[in-house]
Amino acid sequence: MAATFFGEVVRTPCRAGTEEEEEEEDGNRETPEDREVRRQLARKREVRLFRRQTKTTLEVSLLEKHPCSKFIIAIGNNAVAFLSSFVMNSGAWEEVGCAKLWNEWCRTTDTAHLSPTEAFCVFYHLKSNPSVFGSCPRKNMQVTILTCRHVTDYKTSESTSSLHTPFLKALKTQNFKEPPFCSLLEQPNIVHDLPAAVLSYCQVWRIPAVLYLCYTDVMKLDLITIEAFKPVLSSKSLKCLVKNIPQSTEILKKLMTTNEIQSNIYT
Amino acid sequence: MPAVSVGNVGQLAIDLIISTLNMHKIGYFYTDCLVPMVGNNPYATAEENSAELSINAEVYALPSKKLVALQLRSIFIKYKSKSFCEKLLSWVKCSGCAKVVVLSSSHSYHRNDLQLRSTPFRYLLTPSMQKSVQNKIQSLNWEEMEKTPCIPEIDDSEFCVRVPGGGITKLLYDEGCSKEIPIAILLKFVSEGDNIPDALGLVEYLNEWLQIIKPHCEDPTASSLPWKMPSSWRLLFGSGLPPALF
Repeated sequence: MAATFFGEVVRTPCRAGTEEEEEEEDGNRETPEDREVRRQLARKREVRLFRRQTKTTLEVSLLEKHPCSKFIIAIGNNAVAFLSSFVMNSGAWEEVGCAKLWNEWCRTTDTAHLSPTEAFCVFYHLKSNPSVFGSCPRKNMQVTILTCRHVTDYKTSESTSSLHTPFLKALKTQNFKEPPFCSLLEQPNIVHDLPAAVLSYCQVWRIPAVLYLCYTDVMKLDLITIEAFKPVLSSKSLKCLVKNIPQSTEILKKLMTTNEIQSNIYT
Repeated sequence: MPAVSVGNVGQLAIDLIISTLNMHKIGYFYTDCLVPMVGNNPYATAEENSAELSINAEVYALPSKKLVALQLRSIFIKYKSKSFCEKLLSWVKCSGCAKVVVLSSSHSYHRNDLQLRSTPFRYLLTPSMQKSVQNKIQSLNWEEMEKTPCIPEIDDSEFCVRVPGGGITKLLYDEGCSKEIPIAILLKFVSEGDNIPDALGLVEYLNEWLQIIKPHCEDPTASSLPWKMPSSWRLLFGSGLPPALF
C-alpha cells in the first residue's frame, strides 16, 4: 500500500507478484459459471502450427516432419531483419509452416501480408540442406537465438547513458562448446520471456544453444542495431549459410526504406 | 524452499543459504508455472564458474548436512500457482523428504496491535510436522502465526490462517495439512524495500532451529556477518547514476 500526493491510499503492485493470491482466494468464492468461463478462456488459448498458404493445420508435428541439426530463432524486428537480410537472402528458403496463437491479450490481424520485420512466427528450411528442428531433442542439434533489449535493461555500475550502444552479449547452455562472439552476459543481468524459455528448455535437455542479445537504445527497426549482430555471421551455425554480404546490405537498406515510407503518416 | 512473497525475502534467504554453504546444483524443477528467466551463475566466485547457465527453478544439495534447497527465481504465471504446489508436493512425497521448510514473508501493514508489539517472526507447522518438532520449537519460544477472521467484514466469521503477501505459503500449508506432508513455514513480517536485512534475519531465525551454520555468537573469531551474499546481489537497485544528474 502507498499514499499518493493527494492522500489517497492505493494498492501498489508487489514485485513478488503476490497481489494475484487475493484473486485466487476470491476464486474459492466464485460461482461454477465463473469457473466455466475461465476454463473456456484457458481452452481457447492455444498455439497452433499450420501451413500459411493453405491455412491447413499440420497433421503431423512440424518438428517430426523436418528433423534438423540447426535451429535459428530471431525474436523482435531487428533480429528478424538481420536474419532475413544476411542469412535468408542466399540459397532458397522454403516456408514449411507458421505458428498462430491466441490468448485474451492478442490483437491478431491478417497474417498473410506481413513483412519479415513484423512480429509473427514463420518457420523456414533451407531447400539445399533441410535443417529446421526436431521435436525430440537431438544430440547433434544446435540452437541459435537472436534478440534485442533496450539498453536501460542492462545493469552496470556505470550509468547506462555512458555505454556505447548497440552492443552484443551472449548466454549459452552447458553443452554449447563453441566460444561465443562477444562477452557473456554478466550477473546480475538476466533474460526473460521467449528467449529465456528456449534457452531454459535447451539447458534442461542438454541441447547446445546460444543466445545473442543486442542491447540498443533504438527498439524500432534500425540499421545500426541490425548490423551489431554481424559478428554472429562467423559462427558455425551461420557461416555456411551466409553467401553475399554486400547484397545483404542492399536488401537491408531496401527493407529500411520500405518501412520508413509505411510509417510516414503525412504522405 | 522459498515462497515467492513480499520483498522476495524467502528467495533472498535461500540465496544466502546456497551461497554460504556453497551448495552444488543437482538439477532443475522444470515447470511452465513460472515466468521463464535465465542468467549466468548467480553464486559465481571466480571467472571459471561464472559461465554456468541458471534457470528459474533449480535444486541444490549439501549431502553432508542432508540438505536440499529449491530456489525459485521468478513469479508465477497467472492461475498456475495451485498447479505448481500440487506438482511440487507430489515430487516432495516421491523423493522421501523428511521435512519441508518454507521460508516466506507477509505484509507488515496487515499486523494487528498485538503483532505490532511482538517479534516480527512467525512459524506454522502442519500436523505431521508438529509431531516431530513441536517440543524443539516450543523450547525456542517462537510465536506461532495467529489465526485471523476468514472474512474480516463479518463479525462472527470463523478464524483461519491467512498469510497476506505470502504467495503460495497458505496453499502449501493447506495442501500439507490435507496430504499429511511435514511442512514448517518460517516467515517474517516485512515491507517491500531493501529486504536484505529481512533475509538475514530470516536465515538467523531458521538457524536457531536447524543450526545449518555455527551460530556466530559462539565463535568470537568469526566476522560479524557469517552469511555470504552472492555475487548476483550487486546492483539490486539499478545501474549507476548519470553524472549529469548532479
